[in-house]
Amino acid sequence: MALLASRALPARWVAVGATVANLLLTVLMLVGFEADGRYNYEFNLPWIPQAGVAFRLGLDGVSLLMVLLTNLLAPLIVLASGTRAYGLEGRYYGLALLMLAALNGVFMALDGLLFYVFYEMALIPVYFICAIWGGEHRIRITLKFFIYTFVGSLFMLVALLAVYYQSPSDGVASHSFAWEALVAAELDASTAWWVMLGFFLAFAVKMPLFPFHTWQPDTYVSAPTGGTMLLSGIMLKMGVYGAIRWMIPLAPEAWHSWAPVFLGLAVFGIVYASLIALKQSDLKRLIAYSSIAHVGLIAAGVLVWNKTGLQGSLIQMLAHGVNVVGLFFVVDALERRLGSRALFDMGGVARSAPRLAALYFIVTLGAIAVPLTNGFAGEFLLLNGVWRYHYALGAAAGLTIILGAAYMLRAYGLAMFGLAGPHAEPVADADPRELVVLGCAAVLVLVLGFFPNWVLTLTDGSVNRILGAVQL
Amino acid sequence: MDILITLIPFLPLLGAAVNGLVGARLPERVVGWLGSGAVLVSFLLSLYLFAHLHGGAEPVRTTLYPFIAVDSFHVDFAFLVDPLSVWMMLIVTGVGLLIHVYSIGYMHGDAGFWRFFAYLNLFIFSMLLLVMGDNLVMLFFGWEGVGLCSYLLIGFWYDNRAYGKAARKAFVMNRIGDLGLLLGLFLIFAVFDSFAYADIFARLPVLRLDPAVLTAVGLLLFVGAVGKSAQIPLFTWLPDAMAGPTPVSALIHAATMVTAGIYLVARCHPLFSLAPTALEVVAFIGLLTSLVAGLIALRQNDIKKVLAYSTVSQLGLMFLALGMGAYAAAMFHVTTHAFFKALLFLGAGSVIHALGGEQDIRHMGGLRRALPVTYWTFLLATLAISGVPLLSGFFSKDEILANTFAGVGVGWWVLAALGGGLTALYMSRLLFVTFFGTFRGTEEQRADLHESPHVMTVPLIILAVLSVAGGLLNLPHLLHVPGAEWLAHFLSPSVGESRPAHLLSAQTEWLLMGAASLLALSAIAWAYWAYGVRQRVPQDEAQLSAVERVFASKFYFDEFYDWAIVRPVERLSQLLHYYADVWAIDGFVNGIGSAVQRIGTEFRRLQNGNIEYYLLGMVVGAVLLFLSLWL
Repeated sequence: MALLASRALPARWVAVGATVANLLLTVLMLVGFEADGRYNYEFNLPWIPQAGVAFRLGLDGVSLLMVLLTNLLAPLIVLASGTRAYGLEGRYYGLALLMLAALNGVFMALDGLLFYVFYEMALIPVYFICAIWGGEHRIRITLKFFIYTFVGSLFMLVALLAVYYQSPSDGVASHSFAWEALVAAELDASTAWWVMLGFFLAFAVKMPLFPFHTWQPDTYVSAPTGGTMLLSGIMLKMGVYGAIRWMIPLAPEAWHSWAPVFLGLAVFGIVYASLIALKQSDLKRLIAYSSIAHVGLIAAGVLVWNKTGLQGSLIQMLAHGVNVVGLFFVVDALERRLGSRALFDMGGVARSAPRLAALYFIVTLGAIAVPLTNGFAGEFLLLNGVWRYHYALGAAAGLTIILGAAYMLRAYGLAMFGLAGPHAEPVADADPRELVVLGCAAVLVLVLGFFPNWVLTLTDGSVNRILGAVQL
Repeated sequence: MDILITLIPFLPLLGAAVNGLVGARLPERVVGWLGSGAVLVSFLLSLYLFAHLHGGAEPVRTTLYPFIAVDSFHVDFAFLVDPLSVWMMLIVTGVGLLIHVYSIGYMHGDAGFWRFFAYLNLFIFSMLLLVMGDNLVMLFFGWEGVGLCSYLLIGFWYDNRAYGKAARKAFVMNRIGDLGLLLGLFLIFAVFDSFAYADIFARLPVLRLDPAVLTAVGLLLFVGAVGKSAQIPLFTWLPDAMAGPTPVSALIHAATMVTAGIYLVARCHPLFSLAPTALEVVAFIGLLTSLVAGLIALRQNDIKKVLAYSTVSQLGLMFLALGMGAYAAAMFHVTTHAFFKALLFLGAGSVIHALGGEQDIRHMGGLRRALPVTYWTFLLATLAISGVPLLSGFFSKDEILANTFAGVGVGWWVLAALGGGLTALYMSRLLFVTFFGTFRGTEEQRADLHESPHVMTVPLIILAVLSVAGGLLNLPHLLHVPGAEWLAHFLSPSVGESRPAHLLSAQTEWLLMGAASLLALSAIAWAYWAYGVRQRVPQDEAQLSAVERVFASKFYFDEFYDWAIVRPVERLSQLLHYYADVWAIDGFVNGIGSAVQRIGTEFRRLQNGNIEYYLLGMVVGAVLLFLSLWL
């Protein structure tokens, strides 16, 4: 995948070109894809054969969806990043591309160690992006984010090694990090218990889930818009994807004992983060908390480990990525105009900037899962998945449809409605860049809203295969 | 046929898209007629389908594409056109068309004219999805879609922050109901393994279900209905929704959207019929809401608020009918109510239009000479809703009362009839205070008093004709005329034949009818004497008696919710943020961080570069190691 760090002036356009090319490549793969659950594209090079490590990438439906998510959002994020100067443009866009490469790797890796390497590799560029171009207290906040997620990942490494040493070995060949070998490893109850906990800590921090989330609002708020989009639109999905591909398949023996605990945290986190979002006055922080709530539901859909839940979480990852990128770009647009992100400094925007307001509204509809927008199918499947696990848990998670509407519409009303806020002069309407980025987001909201089933078809075979490979 | 059915909802969507995207650059005339034209074609197509079904054709099902398919969790984007849905389609597109045309005049000159028509068309699309869906998920699409349009239209004049808040309140309260509906859908799927009406009702007799499950299903669906149709305890959003332009109140908050709850129960009547407990709850909430809203309406002075509470109260009567199992009677009242309540709102709009935005009836009076068309049509609608014999409301209300009497006896009948009496009282009070007596507005208003343009008065006249003659749709069987109970027969394939009133003797029915009519007429007579002859004007709040103040303050529902729910939740939000999140959890995380750092600092002090210390450490370590091995 693309890796460039051009120092030339049009670094931004190089980045746009690279991401668009990547998107076209993804679409090409999508067109020729056969959704029967197998890996349609596989690339396997021995890397450290003595230790059973291979540079093995493959694309089944689930991976392809995640790659599509990454490469669909990438051009939008790169475009959106162009609203400000970074001093050394090449450095910023180079880091962003490096991160995108790592993210693609995470979603394609079929070797446990390779997965881990990509997983860590994605962290480093975004650390620099946030630490160099962030806002207030960026060093302290970013360092905390880095250490927190890094420590989490170490638990995953330990868990991965534990499974690796239990993977089948026929005496001649050593153990292997291949997905199939790791899944085939028979773990005893207590090992499985620790292994699942290790993976969970890594993924729960990354997503993040309650109570491992406190790095997230600060980091999202302080990071530059592009960094926030990378983190929330794509990077957090590494955690969810990891849970689907690695955590539960590798230690299914522990699912029965851990699922109630993890689910409890996830669902509690939905309500908890939604409640906090209700009274936030900083729009960016409000969206950060709403992201915790949304991800809590996505994670719950994985943890219940049934097909509606899994399919819901997959389609919702795509939807959430689009929506959150759109929302953070709106925050960026408002902050550039008003010099503030505080809701009480806003108001009257709908009057002077109707296009911006309309696009913001469409993305908001996706975020609150109105039917025939992209958020609906996922939320519907997710809630049903959780409901199947236990109806009371489903009802509790369902509070998100009430609270989500309350905080998103409160924010929308305060920001857009009313006569002009304290800033008396009318604000400018969306410029061409904003129209492209938000317009793409809005179109995706509606297209995926009317036609969600192609995503479900894409992942259907792979989800069956993963579910089939795992004996709970 | 498939294409025709598909066009019915999608033409208004197309209208919404065109007006929404390029409407700002089009002249008003084009925008208005584009929006109305889309609905007109939908109406004509619905008429065609109606004729088709009335000719005895089977219900038509059209599947466009699979919307969600996860194994058996399957939802088709599909339409079902049967008598019940075609009847709702006629109401939605027919009344919708009149209101679109009226809006061309009412919204003339508004900067958001194009936006208004885009939203209105989007609403028609959503409402048609709701009634035309062939499964409960399609219904849910429409259900949430109309809620969204309601949000957009209540907050249409968004310069006013209060309107924006009213819009949000409506949406969030609706979502409370929607959660109930959603869980009801999940439970239905768990039991029937399908969302499609046809599958559910076919499997119902085969599965031997625990009545408790059916009761739970019924109650969960009813929670949704309570939210959408503004029943106790989720009714307080509807009066606030009057912030929207008046045609919106007529279309969404009177004639169509709020009747979605009635449609839901009628559509799922096979489930409800097997869940008597759920039906009892439906009837009880309906009757209670009808009385409470009627009492509140007595002491409101905002012309639209009176009509809003009246709507809540009439919806309560419809739920009462549903609770009796008289589904056709409820649908009959939905129909006549759509006629006269839309007319009342449009009439109120005409008054507000003439007075330059005034809504307080204390500042009106004597308008009958200046606004003759508005006055006469408003008068007919008031008589119709009050249940004056031979007008449409008389027949539809009589059906409900007779079924109540037959279903649960005289006690409930008395209460329901009292609800009807209240209707006559507050409606005639509104009529006489507004149109009789002397004008109490400002001089500028008096100079500017004018009847509305034809584009507004023609819809009023058409609706007035329907309000008067609507009873012909379903004349009582005891009149022994040809075509009696036509609507009930037409709808019976969809909603069944259950009409407990048939058990009553003819004498009883005549007696009930006479008593209810007498009550209505005497209420009107009293109001005429008080507000028409003696020209009383409603008093200010301070002069009301304690009981009246409770009515005027809407039984303090809003204050109670604010105190019991809104404020505690907001407080909780802040507590969670500052104490749980920032102080406890993040404090703990940072604590670990700084503890690690402190330990690091301590260890760093050991590395002070002094070789003697290192040697000492080595020796002590070696000794300890040795000791541990030796022991």
